[in-house]
Amino acid sequence: MAEMPMIEIKAVSRFYGIYKALDSVTLDIAAGEFFSLLGPSGCGKTTLLRSIAGFDTPTSGDIRIDGQSAIGVPPNRRPTNMVFQNYAIFPHLNVAENVAYGLKRLKLDAQDERRRVGDALDQVRLSTLGKRGAHELSGGQRQRVALARALVMRPKVLLLDEPLSALDKKLREEMQVELRSLQKAVGITFVLVTHDQYEALAMSDRIAVMFGGRIAQVATPKEIYQRPLTRAVADFLGGMNFMKARITGETATDLSVETQRFGAVTLTKPPGFTCGTSEATIGIRPERLRVLWDDDTAPHAIEGHVVDRHYFGEITHLIVNVPGLDAPLSVSETNNFGADDIPVGAPIRLAYDPDALVALAD
Amino acid sequence: MSPPLTGAKFTGGRHGIRKSRWLPIYVTVYLGFLYLPILLLPIFSFNNAASTTFPLAGFTTKWYAALWGNGAMLDAARNSLFVGLCVAILSTGHAICAARAITRYRFRGQRAATGLIMAPLFLPEIIVAVSLLMIVLQIGIELSLATVILGQTVFCLPYAMSVLISGFEGFDRSLEEASMDLGETALGTFRRVTLPVVAPAIVSSLLVSFTISLDEFILAFFLSGTEPTLPVYIWGQLRFAAKLPSVLALGSLMLVLSILLITIAEFLRRRSQRRIQGRLANG
Repeated sequence: MAEMPMIEIKAVSRFYGIYKALDSVTLDIAAGEFFSLLGPSGCGKTTLLRSIAGFDTPTSGDIRIDGQSAIGVPPNRRPTNMVFQNYAIFPHLNVAENVAYGLKRLKLDAQDERRRVGDALDQVRLSTLGKRGAHELSGGQRQRVALARALVMRPKVLLLDEPLSALDKKLREEMQVELRSLQKAVGITFVLVTHDQYEALAMSDRIAVMFGGRIAQVATPKEIYQRPLTRAVADFLGGMNFMKARITGETATDLSVETQRFGAVTLTKPPGFTCGTSEATIGIRPERLRVLWDDDTAPHAIEGHVVDRHYFGEITHLIVNVPGLDAPLSVSETNNFGADDIPVGAPIRLAYDPDALVALAD
Repeated sequence: MSPPLTGAKFTGGRHGIRKSRWLPIYVTVYLGFLYLPILLLPIFSFNNAASTTFPLAGFTTKWYAALWGNGAMLDAARNSLFVGLCVAILSTGHAICAARAITRYRFRGQRAATGLIMAPLFLPEIIVAVSLLMIVLQIGIELSLATVILGQTVFCLPYAMSVLISGFEGFDRSLEEASMDLGETALGTFRRVTLPVVAPAIVSSLLVSFTISLDEFILAFFLSGTEPTLPVYIWGQLRFAAKLPSVLALGSLMLVLSILLITIAEFLRRRSQRRIQGRLANG
């Protein structure tokens, strides 16, 4: 028998008038998992997180946390704690008092309380700043205080609402690594809301991608990036070259297609794929197309002309026009071999692996 | 490409304010008109003569000393203090509820309610006083300090509201959510988070209401029975020319107290705004 999930979301809907913020969402999150809710703003991910925390009540459906239904349970009686987007550090308290805030209600003896606050501050590497006032903290320090304040309560689930969006890029990347290792260390379930696909890919065990109040796909970062089920998921998680292909055969699990320039391939059929027409959308990521230099050869290659070039430091994006394709291909190539020097207008050969092609539902 | 940075230089005259010889004179007259009369008050209160005319007759503190022995004046001062305290607490208490409702919730009739609460600010005070007097007499309540308190509470409410709304406006709801999330109840959250964060605004509102009540004359004149407040007492004393220097001394003291209280109130209001908004600036 499978282990009981930490969070079970069963057919949860949330309506604001006629607007469906959540539309029959069903989801299980395992104990000890780092789970991300990813999607554009307004997709319902924050509403779902706030429903788990108890700040929002679903119109219908059930949320079970650690086996207990949470419907009707106020936030202060749930085994969850939250790190707010703006951190919500209490401005009239210093760092240690902020962290001790929730412990005060547990009526611990003074020594016990001090030890737990100290441990929590150690965990987020703020042990020297206990006396620091809330105004005197940097963005990164505020975030650590918010984390310590939540973790000190020893919740079963830690909820994080866009916790890194207020930080600058460098600090954000550091905190991604730190959050991930912190989660491993404390071993509790983390549920993260983010609109940043790289953040979700870098930190999560599993990701749920949401659009318009519905879950489009739940999978590991690698699977969701490499095997997106729908065009929208593929598009949201980074660059993707989309093209039409003619369907030549179909089984329960597979789809055989004939493409303009990529030949005949057999792809895994995405669930929910409806074969209404004789055409399917297929895609290939820009970095799965590789530039062939001089005498390089590859078992699968296509030819075209560079029509545009964008420099991004470590990589260059080449826009390549391939005769017979509806749209030019976008190619992402590292600058190791001089991709940034390929002149616009130059002929170019691109290698690809047929396994990199994916069939997408609309 | 950024646009060229030329052409942004000011060539003076057209954009800047040209220096005028008349402007400093205008400002001096302006400020003199505002403050000279008030300045006369303390000056004559130390003048060793019963008449308030120049030239000054020498320095004395006897008018202040005379105040101390004046039982009727001390009674009036006590009345004013009592009324001021009650008005401050009542109007601030009500304004807290209203300001919180207005800054935190969206409800039907919100704008109308705000307008109606703030309206006494613009109504002629004498009309408010007459109508209140009519109502009080109609109901058959005897005029007393209690009726003064009621009238002044109505009058002070909009002032307390504007102080508190500015204090509550930047208040971040997620602070209360964070508190609930950490296990605190709604009541505990109000006590441990909401109240301390907005405390400076509340103290500032108390001080403003108290100061306004202390100086308020029209309502107190109409609604007080046999117990006068300080301004009503001063009005009564003005009939006797000999008492004028004493009144000036009393007036000077009230002036100093008012300025002191308003300064503290403004200081606290700014601090509360910094406290609430500092987080955003730092964030």
